Amino acid sequence: MSNSQLTPGIAPGRLPAEAYQRNFSDLDPPLDRHEAHVAADRCYFCHDAPCMTACPTSIDIPLFIRQIATGTPDAAAKTIFSQNILGGMCARVCPTEQLCEEVCVREVAEGKPVEIGRLQRYATDTLMAKGVHPFTRAAPTGKRVAVVGAGPAGLSAAHRLAMLGHEVVIFDARPKPGGLNEFGIASYKTPGDFAQAEVEWLMRIGGITLKTGHALGRDITLEGLRAEHDAVFLGMGLSGVNALRAEGEDRANVHAAVDFIATLRQAPDKSTLPIGRDVVVIGGGMTAVDAAVQSKLLGAENVTIVYRRGQEKMSASTHEQEHATSVGVRILCNAAPVAVHGNGAVREVEFAYTEDTPSGLKLGAETFRLKADQLFKAIGQTLAGQPEALELAGGKIAVTGAGRTSLDGVWAGGDCASGGEDLTVTAVAEGRDAAMDIHARLAQPS
Amino acid sequence: MANLASDFIGIKSPNPFWLASAPPTDKEYNVRRAYEAGWGGVVWKTLGSEGPPVVNVNGPRYGAIWGADRRLLGLNNIELITDRPLEINLREIKSVKRDYRDRALVISLMVPCDEESWKDILHRIEDTEADGVELNFGCPHGMAERGMGSAVGQVPEYIEMVTRWVKQHSRMPCIVKLTPNISDIRKPAEAAKRGGADAVSLINTINSITSVNLDSFSPEPMIDGKGTHGGYCGPAVKPIALNMVAEIARSMETRGLPISGIGGVTTWRDAAEFMMLGAGNVQVCTAAMTYGFKIVQEMISGLSDYMDQKGFTSTADLVGRAVPNVTDWQYLNLNYVTKARIDQDLCISCGRCFAACEDTSHQAIAMSPERVFTVKDDECVACNLCVNVCPVENCITMTELPKGAVDERTGRVVSDYANWTQHPNNPSVQAAE
Repeated sequence: MSNSQLTPGIAPGRLPAEAYQRNFSDLDPPLDRHEAHVAADRCYFCHDAPCMTACPTSIDIPLFIRQIATGTPDAAAKTIFSQNILGGMCARVCPTEQLCEEVCVREVAEGKPVEIGRLQRYATDTLMAKGVHPFTRAAPTGKRVAVVGAGPAGLSAAHRLAMLGHEVVIFDARPKPGGLNEFGIASYKTPGDFAQAEVEWLMRIGGITLKTGHALGRDITLEGLRAEHDAVFLGMGLSGVNALRAEGEDRANVHAAVDFIATLRQAPDKSTLPIGRDVVVIGGGMTAVDAAVQSKLLGAENVTIVYRRGQEKMSASTHEQEHATSVGVRILCNAAPVAVHGNGAVREVEFAYTEDTPSGLKLGAETFRLKADQLFKAIGQTLAGQPEALELAGGKIAVTGAGRTSLDGVWAGGDCASGGEDLTVTAVAEGRDAAMDIHARLAQPS
Repeated sequence: MANLASDFIGIKSPNPFWLASAPPTDKEYNVRRAYEAGWGGVVWKTLGSEGPPVVNVNGPRYGAIWGADRRLLGLNNIELITDRPLEINLREIKSVKRDYRDRALVISLMVPCDEESWKDILHRIEDTEADGVELNFGCPHGMAERGMGSAVGQVPEYIEMVTRWVKQHSRMPCIVKLTPNISDIRKPAEAAKRGGADAVSLINTINSITSVNLDSFSPEPMIDGKGTHGGYCGPAVKPIALNMVAEIARSMETRGLPISGIGGVTTWRDAAEFMMLGAGNVQVCTAAMTYGFKIVQEMISGLSDYMDQKGFTSTADLVGRAVPNVTDWQYLNLNYVTKARIDQDLCISCGRCFAACEDTSHQAIAMSPERVFTVKDDECVACNLCVNVCPVENCITMTELPKGAVDERTGRVVSDYANWTQHPNNPSVQAAE
């Protein structure tokens, strides 16, 4: 193949073979033992530590860092996993710069936080590399719980329930477990098939049956699950994609960014993936950044993220935005798509400049066009295919307390449930807390 | 630039920084390079008697403890005195001294505890033209079991006796090196003085086991599964050494006896502190062994800048300057009342002061829901723990209450100097009434 970045249209293999290897290897390589000890030594072991408060799963960060500093990374890992069983993935994908590291007193004081995320990875990788599962299952309770969705929320709930002795069946629509960990995260954040290894490791608690290829509403129903189980946890995420509502959106080569990211994650050889010479991504979140950065890493010549509001409103963190610009992605703000032009397939996207006013976003009269061989939509996902019996709030399953839905015996957590940010770590916390609530309920005399 | 020239018991050197008798001074090659690097003087590694040289272990002879990023904080060793033939050492000393006349060169000695042995070794070193001798009464391992080193240094009568022999059989200035492995450092210093010593040097190394290997269940450094106590030195021992130096400097019996300060000197600042407490010069080993000879350049520039700032024109100006301020607890002013003050602009809200005070001290720091930390004056005893655990320099300071102010904790008005010897709770005071 003799394609290059300048090859017109959509083409694979735009880069030399070694570039793919480099582009899709570990973005942030793990700390070695000495680096971890030096990084750990910077922790002040704060009283009532702000980092711990900022962590949605409330990991005892000062304690696990001290355990690393004293040469016991396995104990550190156990401290992490006891609060967050997906601590390994969270160490890779958490926007720590917006959570624990943002409030680290050393960030506040010196602009240089303790590297909590990388230390967490050091601890969790150390334990997981030994193939050890640090928890043991309680005596079986005889109770059965159905979990819908093998993503972060469902896996977290399932693990906690199984650990407490309940029998758990996880149903997932996709052929593989992991949810967004497997299909929704940029490849360079989780190389080495980490998501699958993590699920396999998590399942070693025992008592969990995984049924892939089972979609709610297609292969199973909520009523059926309720009839056969003592409780149901819904953690199926958001499978719908918002529409651009721009003229010509149905032209070829206009895709949901999440599908692009999923395809990319599943491709063993990235050089075989076709990518446009000119790529436009619409959106302002992590999905937009992941799609844009990976388009660039696949060899696109020009990649532009276009966001309809000001840069300060982008939900992708500054760290993520800087990463995008560092690989050559251009970020354009205050512009919204009004039309997708082309003859069958997209050739150009037309944008109108916007003005963010107190009464809402207003489109200006002036427009401009960007060349586009591919257009990726990253403007949010929506709940789809949810059982009608459930009450909704803000387009998501309404929950109160620890994930209780409007239906008795049905809990929900993660992106599909109302409240909380759409983050892996938040989903893990919600799954865990719902599991504890389910456990409390199941322990009550019926 | 201040003049750092030093005259220690008549031994002149361009600066007060000497290398202590230790591995760095075991041979001509090292000593020449040390002088070239700028060291003012060298105490040649301890010579023993004529005869078959001592033998060292052939496994690890050093153990260490580390701080963050493997910064070496303490080192111990089980090395013995020089294991090279006496004749070679003497030849090298003579050769080096001939080429570096402006530098101090003192020979450390350790021979069996009989007059003939001392007379013999003193005779042998005479024509090296060395500037003086240092009697190694401090080495705590290996030689002590053979009745030398600290085995002598722990018995004041022996120190006095040997020192007397040395002064009798040699015209060289004599420094007696003291072991800290003793309960009262003043006793051996007094003995040295009685024996006619021109100076004492201290501290030699402290008996120690640096760590225990938790897999082989053996002390470190480990030799074939076993370990033994070694001599501890480096930054970790400095506070112990400073106190011992000060005790000798302020004792009525030994006041005025010249002191060569040793023990964890790593920077110019450490050197200045030893000299303030009465040391006429300092000897360095661990810092050189950790970083190499070049560190002396920082010591020279640092001490010189400090002296310029203070208007000191000679190192003698700082020697002993802090000695009058070292006192006994009973003379401390009980009416000196301070309170901790937290600078809210510098505070980074880590809460370490709160944890320390709340869990282990006087519950004198309040924490608000917004993580603002403030001192409760009615509880603060001014212990200084918050200052010590705060990671931000100068964030917490101790502020003195002026005379006439009321200490909210005791309700008493701050008044003039008064110490324990005058305090009504002191039984001795009541007995005297």
